[in-house]
Amino acid sequence: MSDGLKIELGRRYQFSASHRLHSDQLSDEENRRVYGKCNNPYGHGHNYTVEVRVSGNVDPATGMIANLVDLDGFVEREVLEPFDHKLLNAEVAAFRESVPTTENLCKEIYRRLKHFPKAKLECVRVEETSNNAFEYAGEEF
Amino acid sequence: MVYLTRKLEFSASHLYNNPALSAEENKRIFGKCNNPHGHGHNYTLEVTVAGEPDPVTGMVLDLKELKEILDREITQRMDHRFLNYEVEELKGQIPTCENIARVIWNLLEPKIRKGRLYKVRLYETPELFAECYRNGAQGA
Repeated sequence: MSDGLKIELGRRYQFSASHRLHSDQLSDEENRRVYGKCNNPYGHGHNYTVEVRVSGNVDPATGMIANLVDLDGFVEREVLEPFDHKLLNAEVAAFRESVPTTENLCKEIYRRLKHFPKAKLECVRVEETSNNAFEYAGEEF
Repeated sequence: MVYLTRKLEFSASHLYNNPALSAEENKRIFGKCNNPHGHGHNYTLEVTVAGEPDPVTGMVLDLKELKEILDREITQRMDHRFLNYEVEELKGQIPTCENIARVIWNLLEPKIRKGRLYKVRLYETPELFAECYRNGAQGA
């Protein structure tokens, strides 16, 4: 950009899902020790907030980096629809292989959104509760 | 380096319309934001200044001074205004969050003389915001 300024657009979304933190590579006892009550075999749920930041040129005709209709539709299709009101361990393929901690969830959401065709994905932030949050900005971060 | 952030809120109205496009295209691209009467938001602005604390005062810059700059440059200019018609710096631009964030950056950067302006983040709603910072400075 000629003025040397970078602009990002940020958008926040919510979904609710359940999960259980349990690693097949650990014994039952170790799982209980590492994950505490998050290892409860019946799982538990959260209201997750996902913050998505994208960057790009601001189109002078529209004043926009990306039309929100496009961004919202993409996030809806890639993340909200497959994750909302689901058991992450069982219903999202990636979490059959990895533990659905919010760290891994953040990376999985980044992986799903990085191909957004209208702008460059900068960062994904996932708030699992209002007290803990995780951010992932790709490997170069 | 220490980063300090000051927050402020202002309320303003705007509408999105590009006179170079047909009425139909405006409607298609901007949706309900194209309503000719405009509509309003409670904006929240976060201004982050980076600097080393002064060894005497312990401050990057005096918050009172920053508050005065924000009041003069932003609140007085934008609060309870119709952004399309009443803010000179936005004339000829669509007053999206992206464009307002850049205008705010350009208004504030030359006025902040202690520390340096690092980032502005402007929330149009709690779910939508834009950030502006110098290319190369990592968003934080």
